[in-house]
Amino acid sequence: MPPINALPKKALPTPNVQISSLGLMSYRLNRWLASSRPYLMLLGLSLFIFAWYLCTEVLKLPRFEKVPGPAVAAKEWFSRDPVYGISIFVPEYYQHILKSVLRVLEAFGLATLLGVPLGLFMGWKKTFKDYSFPILETLRPIPMLAWVPLAILMWPIREAAIIYLTFLAAFFATTLNTLLGVESIDEVYFRAARCLGAKPRHIFFRVVIPGALPFIFTGLQISMGVSWFSLVAGEMLAGEYGLGYLIWNSFIMVQYPIIVIAMVTLGFIGWASSAMIRFVGNLLMKWKVREAAL
Amino acid sequence: MGRNRTDTVQLPATLNSGNRGKPSVGQLRIEEVTKIYSPKGANVLALDHCSLTIEAGEFCVIVGPSGCGKTTLLNAIAGFHDITSGEIYLDDQLLCSGKKNTDPGADRIVVFQQGALFPWYTVLENVIYGPIVQGKTAAAEVKSSAENLLGQMGLAGISHNYPNEISSGMRRRVEIARAMMNDPKILLLDEPFRALDALTKSVMHKYLLDVYDSSQKTIFFITHDLEEAIFLGSRVVVMTTRPGRIKKVIEVDIPRPRDYRVLSSDRYLELKREAIEAVHEEARKAFEAGERELA
Repeated sequence: MPPINALPKKALPTPNVQISSLGLMSYRLNRWLASSRPYLMLLGLSLFIFAWYLCTEVLKLPRFEKVPGPAVAAKEWFSRDPVYGISIFVPEYYQHILKSVLRVLEAFGLATLLGVPLGLFMGWKKTFKDYSFPILETLRPIPMLAWVPLAILMWPIREAAIIYLTFLAAFFATTLNTLLGVESIDEVYFRAARCLGAKPRHIFFRVVIPGALPFIFTGLQISMGVSWFSLVAGEMLAGEYGLGYLIWNSFIMVQYPIIVIAMVTLGFIGWASSAMIRFVGNLLMKWKVREAAL
Repeated sequence: MGRNRTDTVQLPATLNSGNRGKPSVGQLRIEEVTKIYSPKGANVLALDHCSLTIEAGEFCVIVGPSGCGKTTLLNAIAGFHDITSGEIYLDDQLLCSGKKNTDPGADRIVVFQQGALFPWYTVLENVIYGPIVQGKTAAAEVKSSAENLLGQMGLAGISHNYPNEISSGMRRRVEIARAMMNDPKILLLDEPFRALDALTKSVMHKYLLDVYDSSQKTIFFITHDLEEAIFLGSRVVVMTTRPGRIKKVIEVDIPRPRDYRVLSSDRYLELKREAIEAVHEEARKAFEAGERELA
């Protein structure tokens, strides 16, 4: 009988698909630039801004007459000597941004630290899920704004109440998606791991966690979105700093262009935070990245 | 899990250690095994007093219509399910009886129908999974012997790829390599080539025969495909439709090593006819039973 090393070595060709992540990134960028998508995106964006400009500053349509136009807002935003006191040259602008970002990071970080392990555990131990899932499912649909009075009653300082509200929204999204992630793992992987001699802790760290990662990161994206949502709501009600506070305060003080500046800033920061989560997700899930690329 | 193994993990460098004598480990004895499922109160007799002894180093193929209890039997051997009564022994060690159940372990590794390579690990990481979690050998040592094994099995070029990047045939080969890495006493294959196209399947047959010929592992192989069964097996066990009993055992006396020329030999065709008759009757019964259930 032939020894095993006499097996046909070239029975099937070996595909050569060793791609570095950097190479993959530049490949994708080139593909993207070669397609019509970036240009259509720019065109759509310009049309939107132009229509806004037309409605507010040129035609001054009814309902739009008090809305600041893009030119006014941009002028204020990039002014060295802003009329209403907020522009990219004013340190106070960055203080507002920093305060909001820190609040979101605290709330989102806490929600991730608690939500991911809780979701993993709920998915892994069915009895624990039976206890805890109904509570989660009852609390989750309550809109964050409904929590405002309780949050103010519960926490002695406003700052804590804002972070608490932001945390709650993020926590539910993260926990639920992590739980779904664990439940999405095919039973066959658990069986295969047990066959190969894995003990429960190996199954947890080498099957449950990596298997749930795609859902966890979807959850984190959602969680980041709802964090910003509840943060702004919280800051509008009770804040001294932050972009939500800035928006509401500018409304009261009739400094309308600042509203637009703060809104656009929120848009950019929200997009950047999502992109960061995607980036970390891609680093941790190389198998998914390559799968999508091929 | 694996606690019933006292010997250290024999890394597959021992696969070609020149030990071509009669294999001494991997005898599987199935004695009077009965399994009754009772979902929703209705008792379904899946296995009815099945007895079968698979000798150490034997390639035993189980065929039968869908729902005949082939997979139930495999799950009991693997330790995924319990049985209602009877006993299963691996090398005189009780695996399961009506009362006792041994957890799955690396001495009897399953290659699953739908494939179970972890998509989040590279080929190499998949292959070393067993020895790493068993923690009996240093990681560096495991890695180098895995590289060795992948090389021997013609998989060296893909060791840093993820399973989703390689072909389905390659994935099956990696899965077999992952099993062999643990030097199991018995390999349990549950219709492993079902989802493959005919050409890949024939390549895989040759591949599995090579692995078998050189390693002399006991193999418990489930399939629907009679041609596959006779081409690969030393014995083909035909099971009856529910309740699952052993209907017929066909000794396949075609000498090894076998290759595709076997498929046109007279003896092969004769055995195939014999098997078709046995299986066809059961398939018809299963089909009629299915129609009755629907009616």
